Amino acid sequence: MTDEDVMVRVRGVHKSYGAHAVLQGVDLEVRSGEVAVILGPSGSGKSTLLRSINHLEKVDRGYVSVGGALVGYRRVGNTLHELKEREILKQRTHIGFVFQSFNLFPHLTALENVAYAPVAAQRRPRKTVLPLARSLLDRVGLADKADAYPRQLSGGQQQRVAIARALALEPRLVLFDEPTSALDPELVNEVLDVMKGLARSGTTMIVVSHEIGFAREVADTVYFMDDGRIVEHGPPAELLTAPKHERTKAFLAKVL
Amino acid sequence: MTGIVFVPYGPGHESVGVRAATMSAPSKERSEPLSTEDAAADEIGALRVVPARHPWRWVATAVIAVLLAMAINALITNPAWDWPTVGDYLFNPSILEAVRLTVLLTVLGVGLGFVLGTVLALMRISRSPLLQAVSWAYIWVFRSVPLILQLLFWYNLAILYNEIRFGIPFGPTFFGIGTMELIPPVAAAALGLSLHQAAYSAEIVRSGFLSVDAGQLEAAAALGIPRAKQVWRIILPQAMRSIVPTAGNEAIGMVKGTSVVYIMALPELFYQVQVVYTRNGRVIALLLVATIWYLVLTTVLNIAQYYVERYYARGAARALPLTPLQRVRRTVAEFRAGSARRRAQREALSPGLSGGER
Repeated sequence: MTDEDVMVRVRGVHKSYGAHAVLQGVDLEVRSGEVAVILGPSGSGKSTLLRSINHLEKVDRGYVSVGGALVGYRRVGNTLHELKEREILKQRTHIGFVFQSFNLFPHLTALENVAYAPVAAQRRPRKTVLPLARSLLDRVGLADKADAYPRQLSGGQQQRVAIARALALEPRLVLFDEPTSALDPELVNEVLDVMKGLARSGTTMIVVSHEIGFAREVADTVYFMDDGRIVEHGPPAELLTAPKHERTKAFLAKVL
Repeated sequence: MTGIVFVPYGPGHESVGVRAATMSAPSKERSEPLSTEDAAADEIGALRVVPARHPWRWVATAVIAVLLAMAINALITNPAWDWPTVGDYLFNPSILEAVRLTVLLTVLGVGLGFVLGTVLALMRISRSPLLQAVSWAYIWVFRSVPLILQLLFWYNLAILYNEIRFGIPFGPTFFGIGTMELIPPVAAAALGLSLHQAAYSAEIVRSGFLSVDAGQLEAAAALGIPRAKQVWRIILPQAMRSIVPTAGNEAIGMVKGTSVVYIMALPELFYQVQVVYTRNGRVIALLLVATIWYLVLTTVLNIAQYYVERYYARGAARALPLTPLQRVRRTVAEFRAGSARRRAQREALSPGLSGGER
């Protein structure tokens, strides 16, 4: 793997909340255009790992880089300088994030939700952003819901708006934190379909999920995490059908 | 139902509970299937609907109407209320001038109070320990000292410092102004009211911020939205929903609270009616004049609050409740439609067709 190909590099990342070690030395490399799915039992550190990639969590040790740039720090010689909040916010505009609980802005319509960040964070003119926002809503199948407020939408529709909102910044990478876990079973597929479309269009994605079927179909690499470490990883055909590690086998036996 | 395909793979440990809970909702809908034949269902759908009757509401309405009539009778027929004098003074220029001052003090007190209060609340939730401490100390002092004492301090500022000088601290002075000129009594009253109000407003605004889900700030941060816009455009509009009712309370409290400035001999409404009734002896009539004006002012604020609340309820409710005006219109429209329907039904039945024939 050459350096230009690497979109995300996570090296030796440690993170503790007090005495509780959540991440204990995580290494991960995601190529440009790759779809990585992270599986693992709850409390294994999946979400914390994802949140540290866009610096919503600050890591204690190790580093994260996206598109060749360190996240949250600047390297000067042999020292790392912590970035100011403004610079971190600017870095985050290159990294889309989709939350489990959607976190749409309830006082803004679907269209305003999608259009707000490009105007506020990237200072793009509203005039050019609105058509883009409309086309993104169309892409997630919600062109007719542009003027609806989030509470007037179903969970699946809200999550699709949230995906369009993340894409509006034209990010290099989109992170998904259990995007379907808060949804009714019959709404899961409409969100997964949008994500599959994204994956096919060559978007680099890291997805924390319990949807093994999605991993099998879409993922290039599946990671299995347990107890703050990546236990094993590999193509879905290998990892999901013939896991090497006992803990992976035990987990898959429970969820399949 | 295509989503079901994924369920066998689906729920891991974390989401089992969520799914179990949400699964029950759709199944409830399915538990009321259309077991009746379609034809029978059509027949039921075509039957006349008699709305539920509420006889006790009519009884309660009658009782309240009688009580209200008694109260109005007592107000009108008792000559001690002295309504003619009330009429004489209600629009008396000196009273109108006093109302103007009361409104001015309320607007300045609440307006400046909430502006400063918002600044204090932002300082309090900022990440700077110094700003937090300053805000905390301000709120501590200004909530602790009674308003009436603060007003007297401001009023007597000229005794404490008879000149206010601008210059380098402990160094030379560029120019100085007499305190009485810089802070006339009206300004002293507005200052006292707004500084006092700011301490309370700060806590109201802060409680509004706390009421907004933490996920909102996180989503804004993940989108790279600048910090100031996170607060002003994402958090504050949502916080307004819980700020406005309490702020309305404060504004209405301030209308009446301005009456404490009578100790500074400022001719606001309460002071002015006292001046008038000590002169002409019509105590009750002039207290009524003040009461009516306070009622008018608070009514205006109540209506304003209703519409401001409605504005910030955008997106918070699936559908906004109707305004009183819209409700009246709808009731009238429904009544008309209802009577038209009844007339149509009567006409349909009168030719002697039996109900079963269709």
